[in-house]
Amino acid sequence: MRVRTGRWAGRAVLVAIALAALGAIWEVYKDWGPTDGVKLFGERILPRTTAAAMPHLADIWHAFGKPEIGGAISFGSTNTVLDSVVDAGVHTLRWAAVGFAIGVVVGMLLALLMNRLAVFERALMPYVVLSQTVPLIALAPLVAKWGQGWSFWDRWMSVSVIAAYLAFFPVAVGMARGLSSPSAVHADYFRCSAAGWWQTLVRLKLPSSVPFLIPSLRLAAAGAVVGTIVAEISTGLPDGVGKLILDYSQQATGDPSRLYAAVIGAAVLGLAAAAAVTVVDLALWRYHRGATSR
Amino acid sequence: MTEAEQAESGAVTAPAVELHAVHKSFTARRGTVVALADVDLTIERGEFVSLIGPSGCGKSTLLRVIADLLQPSGGEVQVNGKPARRARLDQDYGIAFQQAGLLDWRTVQANIELPLELHGVDRAERHARAEELIELVGLTEFARHRPPQLSGGMQQRVAIARALAESPALLLMDEPFGALDEMTRERMQNELVRIAGETGAAVVFVTHSIPEAVFLSDRVVVMSARPGRIVNVVPIGLGARTDDTREAPGFYAAITQVREALRGLPVPQTVEVGVSVENALRNSAEGAL
Repeated sequence: MRVRTGRWAGRAVLVAIALAALGAIWEVYKDWGPTDGVKLFGERILPRTTAAAMPHLADIWHAFGKPEIGGAISFGSTNTVLDSVVDAGVHTLRWAAVGFAIGVVVGMLLALLMNRLAVFERALMPYVVLSQTVPLIALAPLVAKWGQGWSFWDRWMSVSVIAAYLAFFPVAVGMARGLSSPSAVHADYFRCSAAGWWQTLVRLKLPSSVPFLIPSLRLAAAGAVVGTIVAEISTGLPDGVGKLILDYSQQATGDPSRLYAAVIGAAVLGLAAAAAVTVVDLALWRYHRGATSR
Repeated sequence: MTEAEQAESGAVTAPAVELHAVHKSFTARRGTVVALADVDLTIERGEFVSLIGPSGCGKSTLLRVIADLLQPSGGEVQVNGKPARRARLDQDYGIAFQQAGLLDWRTVQANIELPLELHGVDRAERHARAEELIELVGLTEFARHRPPQLSGGMQQRVAIARALAESPALLLMDEPFGALDEMTRERMQNELVRIAGETGAAVVFVTHSIPEAVFLSDRVVVMSARPGRIVNVVPIGLGARTDDTREAPGFYAAITQVREALRGLPVPQTVEVGVSVENALRNSAEGAL
């Protein structure tokens, strides 16, 4: 346990250093970079360093404390940008969580189906891959329309469905890979033991798929957050981070630091979602490849 | 199974393994490969038989046919007096492979309990049986360890204990010591002789080590490649095995005998394809001391 704690502390320090380095690069470029950005063959590859394009980190930091000025989201004059970001984050996270849950269930079921019969794998996998090449922006209004006919349907459900659409893919692919990961000797042993499909699934295939599933879940969690925000924007759903980004970007000419505050909020959401998977990861340490200690 | 039940099913009298004219061919892209041709072999209850031969002689294929992991293309396979499939479903044999094939997320104890768990044995009985087996293979201190923490030899012991969990009348072993160093290997051989003696199980043991086959077996079945078939069966009469057996003149004589049987490949035309056990015994008796 002590070793593990040490490893986590070490990782936290690394993350802090990486963040600090990123901040330093931002500030250095902002102060010493060319005002009009860096161009290569006529294309701008690094941004302008004007206050409108790249606010100082301190300005972004202060933006969280600024009072909210109207817009679509107003909670009265006492609310700050931070309040708005947190409140929108909670909404978005909730929708993303629903989307994540749906995506994980659908992804796992698809993987099980593909594992059960090779025919399904050949038949389904191309569509699973194809599903991700459809632009989400084009899909979102369609999904939003589907729900309109049903009385129980709420607009946020469309957003969650779109998030699930992004989340199911890594789970389906990772899980399919994981379910087929047991070696031949394990498969032979279970067959010799006259184990049925269900027993083989529960005692061999599912435990073996954990090392493949965890990174998939992490991708799915981040994907669900991204999907939620994109879906919020393209379906025009209020109250979430997507709408906040939209509002702040309209004010961005005047005060870009708010937009960055919202963007940082979105990034934190993605990180929080991925970190939540780490909890699952830790709970399943036993199934990690070559795990020897707790 | 009680003795009455065994008598009823005829399991007491039936040999551990009976193979009649077993044939196995694989159809590959470049045509058909005959892996086993006309294999006849009877392994008695409690008998230790090794299958030895060059790579590609079909010894592993033969073991997998007995285990019902492969269907023979022709011929008859009886295990414990039953068709191979029935015997597999009834758990009449235990099996160990070259790789231990343990589940890394389970403790040693839980690995040994796995087959019992799969067949609905209740918890208390599972624990008791696993503890017994852990003692049998000398891993008492490691019951709570997980396979990645164990050496290769220890992992293989766990695999053997797991194979013995349901007290099978037959133990199938596919080069189980193939990946072990020589010292560990000899120790494991001593253990296996003792365990086979204590459990009274018949053993079919695939190996390509001549001394290993001779040390362990009551009979060594010598196979040749392309097509895989039995060319000779060498009876080994070394009596009770101890470490001294490895230095006894009879041990070396038997090794020489098996080596000559192997070197005689390909078999001269005087030996017919598909030697019966009787023929093979006669052949080897002629070459005996």
